[in-house]
Amino acid sequence: MGSIVRFENVGLRYGADGGSDGETLSDLNFALAPGSFYFLTGASGAGKTSLLRLLYLAQRPTRGAIHLFDEDIVTVPRDRLPGFRRRIGVVFQDFRLIPYLSVYDNVALPLRVAGVEERDLDTPVREMLAWVGLASRADTRPATLSGGEQQRVAIARAVIARPEILVADEPTGNVDPEMAGRLLHLFDALNRLGTTIVVATHDIHLLSRVSNAQTLRLEGGRLSDPTGALRYPPRNSA
Amino acid sequence: MRRLTALFPSVRAADRRLLREGRLSGPMPWVLAVMLFLTTLAAAGGLALGQAAQRMGGGLETRATVQIVQADADARERQAAVTLTALRGDPAVRSVERVGAAEMAALLEPWLGAQGTDDLPLPVLIDVGLTRADAVPDLARTLARVAPDARIDDHRAALAPVSRLIGTLRWLALAIVLLMTAATGFVVVLAAASALDTHRGTIDVMHLLGATDIQVARLFQRRIALDALFAGLIGLGAGMLVLTLIGRQLAGLESELVGAVALPAWGGGVLVALPLATTLLAAAAARWTVVRALGRLL
Ligand SMILES: Nc1ncnc2c1ncn2[C@@H]1O[C@H](COP(=O)(O)OP(=O)(O)OP(=O)(O)O)[C@@H](O)[C@H]1O
Ligand SMILES: [Mg+2]
Repeated sequence: MGSIVRFENVGLRYGADGGSDGETLSDLNFALAPGSFYFLTGASGAGKTSLLRLLYLAQRPTRGAIHLFDEDIVTVPRDRLPGFRRRIGVVFQDFRLIPYLSVYDNVALPLRVAGVEERDLDTPVREMLAWVGLASRADTRPATLSGGEQQRVAIARAVIARPEILVADEPTGNVDPEMAGRLLHLFDALNRLGTTIVVATHDIHLLSRVSNAQTLRLEGGRLSDPTGALRYPPRNSA
Repeated sequence: MRRLTALFPSVRAADRRLLREGRLSGPMPWVLAVMLFLTTLAAAGGLALGQAAQRMGGGLETRATVQIVQADADARERQAAVTLTALRGDPAVRSVERVGAAEMAALLEPWLGAQGTDDLPLPVLIDVGLTRADAVPDLARTLARVAPDARIDDHRAALAPVSRLIGTLRWLALAIVLLMTAATGFVVVLAAASALDTHRGTIDVMHLLGATDIQVARLFQRRIALDALFAGLIGLGAGMLVLTLIGRQLAGLESELVGAVALPAWGGGVLVALPLATTLLAAAAARWTVVRALGRLL
């Protein structure tokens, strides 16, 4: 098995004219092994969210090639992208829950988008809500939840459709250390089921809490790998 | 047909909840309802005027009246006799009927009173039905030879100013309907754009969760089409109500000219088609707006 994600000489520059203040991301060359757990760190403004946006197909790179599931997503026809997106779960830095939908409907959204029948939907949604400890809040609106609870709804929505890749942008940003530990535990459990996990965080204390995680560091728009994640074959695929 | 079903997709009940339900939330449906109301009135007015023009033309173009004005009763009757003979012998004449003395008296009674007509030299009136509308000048020449005091009147000439007015009003009604339709189109496009704005967050999330452009567009189409249909039916209903009331008042006038003002049989179909056309337009505008907006995203 090769890589589930591969970046080749990827550069990203914001602004219509290509920008004058240089690239936000430069010369990204890396590959992610399926079934691995990665932390993406870096100072605020280092470009973590930007890199993740490339990964979950919200943004096209200015240059370079990105391969997802062994397909070049820069050249793939646009009408095939929804199919790719359904294989990627995303926890957005700002959650992006739909405010007028109940917690239940927010979590069910990816399944409905994928065309799952209503009768096949209730069990997984209830199970997922129980998993993130929100079973009793199924019918409430996101606005009435605490920040940490909203974050857990966002996580439930991201994993409900059993994505092959889970991309989480600061998923512990709004919660106390104990809840952060519990959420990481959720990711770890998911990872053991085979999901490739990429978690962006600037909280270096998190890094040590997942035993087999690898760390990628963004500095000045370039990537370094203090744990050697990119140089050596990841443990899981060895 | 396939295009129609594409504009009115069946959306699962659960998916409908994706967009905030609750019809008539914004001002758009009410604006549409008002516009549909006015369009209905203008269209009905145009159709009714068209019908009136046709009836007036149909009824009056082939009718004429011959008057013989002569103070001497004997001379008058002589001329009446030859005029009747000449008219009956003319191929352009379909029917000839002399208006009887009793009928004349009845016509004049309001002005002259019940006894007033007895010793007045009333003119002879002959109602003539023509086989073709342009026969009047020929008949006038024929009559001039046999009965010098006979004068033939073309009703068309008398009614020409009214016809012209009706013609102008019809064009005005058509122009109003066209303008209102264009304005309705703009309102619908603006409504689609504003709905897109309102639901931008939902659209982005659905897009990133892997919804296809068509999936997202369907929700909007349905929602906006339902709003437009609802608004259209309100506008049409109000318009019909007003038309019915006006119709009753017209009937009360018992005027022959006004009596000619009525909707043609197929006019109702045209009026019902207005809200349906608006609904289709709304659905198409919504689809176009959403697909175009999504097309700008990766
Ligand atoms: N849509 C955008 N348009 C223009 N510039 C942007 C855009 N998004 C991000 N940037 C810029 O790119 C740089 C990297 O931003 P990014 O959000 O990727 O950082 P980050 O590492 O996620 O930061 P944080 O830890 O605060 O979330 C910043 O300088 C930011 O101003
Ligand atoms: Mg960020």
